[in-house]
Amino acid sequence: MADVPALELRGVTKRFGSLVANDGVDLDLRAGEVHALLGENGAGKSTLMNVLYGLHQPDEGEVLVRGEPVRIDSPRRAIELGIGMVHQHFMLIPVMTVAENIVLADEPTRGALLDRAAARERVRELSDRYGLAVDPDAVVEDVTVGQQQRVEILRALYRGAEVLVLDEPTAVLTAQETAELFAVLRELKRRGAAVVFISHKLGEVLEVADRITVLQRGRKVATLDAADATEPELARLMVGREVLFRLDKAAARPGEALLELDDVHASDDRGLPALDGLSLTVRAGEIVGIAGVDGNGQSELVECVTGLRAPTAGAIRVGGTDVAGRGVRECLAAGVGHIPEDRHRRGLVLPFDLAENLALREYRRPPLARHGLLSPKRLRALARPRLETYDVRGGDVDTPAASLSGGNQQKVVIARELEQDPRVLVAAQPTRGLDVGAIEFVHRRLLEQRAEDRAVLLVSLELEELRSVADRLLVISDGRIVAEFGPDASDEELGLAMTSGAGAAPRHGERSEPE
Amino acid sequence: MSLPPEVPPAEVGATTSAARLSGFMRGGLAVPLLTALLAFVAGGLVVLATGRNPLSTYKAIFDGSGLNWLFPWISSDDRTLAALNLQQTLIITVPLILVGLAVAIAFRGGLFNIGGQGQYTMGTIAAVFVGTRLPGAPGLVHVLLAVLAAMAAGGLWAAIAGWLRASTGANEVISTIMLNYVALWLGVYLFGLDGPLQNTTQPSVPVSADIASSARLPVFWGDPELQGLHVGIFIALAGAALAWVLLNRSVAGYQIRAVGFNPDAAEYGGISAGRQQVKAMAICGLLAGLAGALDILGWQFRLATNDIQTSQIGFLGIAVALLGRNTAVGTVFAALLFGALVNGTSVRNLDPAVFPPALAGNLTLIIQGLIVLLVSAPVIATRLLGWRGRLARGGGSP
Repeated sequence: MADVPALELRGVTKRFGSLVANDGVDLDLRAGEVHALLGENGAGKSTLMNVLYGLHQPDEGEVLVRGEPVRIDSPRRAIELGIGMVHQHFMLIPVMTVAENIVLADEPTRGALLDRAAARERVRELSDRYGLAVDPDAVVEDVTVGQQQRVEILRALYRGAEVLVLDEPTAVLTAQETAELFAVLRELKRRGAAVVFISHKLGEVLEVADRITVLQRGRKVATLDAADATEPELARLMVGREVLFRLDKAAARPGEALLELDDVHASDDRGLPALDGLSLTVRAGEIVGIAGVDGNGQSELVECVTGLRAPTAGAIRVGGTDVAGRGVRECLAAGVGHIPEDRHRRGLVLPFDLAENLALREYRRPPLARHGLLSPKRLRALARPRLETYDVRGGDVDTPAASLSGGNQQKVVIARELEQDPRVLVAAQPTRGLDVGAIEFVHRRLLEQRAEDRAVLLVSLELEELRSVADRLLVISDGRIVAEFGPDASDEELGLAMTSGAGAAPRHGERSEPE
Repeated sequence: MSLPPEVPPAEVGATTSAARLSGFMRGGLAVPLLTALLAFVAGGLVVLATGRNPLSTYKAIFDGSGLNWLFPWISSDDRTLAALNLQQTLIITVPLILVGLAVAIAFRGGLFNIGGQGQYTMGTIAAVFVGTRLPGAPGLVHVLLAVLAAMAAGGLWAAIAGWLRASTGANEVISTIMLNYVALWLGVYLFGLDGPLQNTTQPSVPVSADIASSARLPVFWGDPELQGLHVGIFIALAGAALAWVLLNRSVAGYQIRAVGFNPDAAEYGGISAGRQQVKAMAICGLLAGLAGALDILGWQFRLATNDIQTSQIGFLGIAVALLGRNTAVGTVFAALLFGALVNGTSVRNLDPAVFPPALAGNLTLIIQGLIVLLVSAPVIATRLLGWRGRLARGGGSP
């Protein structure tokens, strides 16, 4: 069995115009293994899997299933060959039940009708067999993201998948859900399935995979046994250079208070209180990290400081000027820079080219604007050196932001914000979805800001990030700062403060009393 | 379902119909040309179904539009006739350019302006109102006042829909359609029998008084008595040039487009989405109102309730904008195409021996409808071009 791989790719090359997305990639998958495909954003992982799933045709190379060369020209053909795919973006019909979604396109029928009982039974049987607990009668839109992912996996298994491809499955999961997914993957492996696990998170890959194939800019650089691999080695293979996990950080020399929040109250989008008398101070030359369980007022805090949301009460002083409720332009003028938590929703106008995106904060001012007119020439002249300085790859000034990889998109956002020369920089989850190389880049930039005596407010859900970058950690719970720690605080200390900060600490939005 | 961290580019921003249609802008010139071609082929099949020859029908329509005037080899008699026809085509093209722009600019701001017709109607009403007053005013002043009044009326009309959208979230598609009706029946009331602006000389005819000669636009090509081409064509082209500058070279255009693509990112850039929506709609209304003014001052000189009720200019503007890919330059060419089509299929211009004139107008509507359909489903055209792979690439993560 181990002699003939369940699936093999030989010398697969896929080009898009001048871009070589996959360059002679070899990959073999054995039954009963979890094979991780590791690479930076844009390294060609998804393209390779799309080749496997019949969404792209390789320009060169061949695909073998159980030793037989095959041509996979459509997802339907892939399914016939026992290849199942769980996409990053679930392909489920939200209004239908779990069972209906799973049997979709291959329904058990009685006459012309769907045999619901049989469908439910088969789903139950499958979910028992693999330990994938789902409620067959639940409507998909009502279940959690983790559950939806299980439905996707079950659907693939229902169609007889023996090779299962999971495209960045943990990107949308909580830590708990991730642990559950890994248990499922181990069970699948035990039952002889071959699982491809795409990720750029090193820890996860080492935890769950048996073998790891690393892609770098479309080429396969190595396949190694997970047992022999280490994080620094994988990072080096992925990025192509040494990556420093520990940041060299000089001691902070905090100066004057640049950002002061005093008893700030604010409501969320539904009008429920989100900030409840929050006070904090960030000084020049220090990075203050905000730790907390998601949804405890972090977003509202960021929006209040950057002018996107007007607090209902309290003062927000930037260098002594109260900017509370003054709007984005005044906050910007007062020197607040903002790396938003969602670069697609807030940070970028994706169809705009890079020059236009880089101008988003200053398009109204000279030298870009003169007498109400904007010159593309001046936009580009401004953008070009910035793309260079911030090492934005994969596009030029007239490339739409949408076609850049996540890491490079984030570099564009950072370039734009830092070039505004902010006194106070608010960074909200600045490394979300980025690979190690890009994360390192972002962290270095944040430390540079500190060295230049700017005040940095870093909001993150990653404790590791907060500890390695921030000088002080403030724990937010239920819209208030409930504890302060140094950067050497342990997970336990922080976790306890995050969850027990406000007594029973119900999750934000689930409070019974809106006061 | 929470938002995954990496959204494929193809899906981003495609949340409104307007944003989806703006995707049609990609792909260069081939898509609109193919779209038009497909529409004409389908129209040809309809002609075939009526038992006529599609090729000779299209030839007759082409000749009827006067575009054969451009051919150096036609005889001088034909040229005289072609000149007359081409003048009529261009007279129709004038308002089509402007209402097309009124739809296109809204699209770029993420708004679907179905209200070009109502804004145009308000423009005609205002132009007639000013044009029939102030007798003896100097020509330039009179024209200027009438034009400004029409633009203000159209702009205001559109701004209502923009304001409703910005302040209450009312969908501009619905509100502009409703405002079309309000404008329509307002006009019918004003110029109808016993209406306050009905003419005084013929009480049985529901039409306005004629505008003063001082308010008429000069004719520069052809005989003024035979409805020659008025100078409004230059005003329309200037409007298109300004629209180009607005969209591509101005701070205001940057703001409008940013809001159109991504209101949240625009807000982050200090741009108020609501204000831009009102602004974009108002600009659109100014252009549609101007279209109404040029029609009244250029060749209609009066407004009958029947004209208001049968006018389709504003709706044609939607097809013009879509075919012109919501760009200023594209809109000008699409307007010329539709102007030629409308004029070439008119009862007066189409040779009855080739195609029954009674059906000809329907052919225009069929082609117009097909273009809107094909543009709304750009997949059809792009797939025919074999671009599936290239589009798929935009959606993947190479």
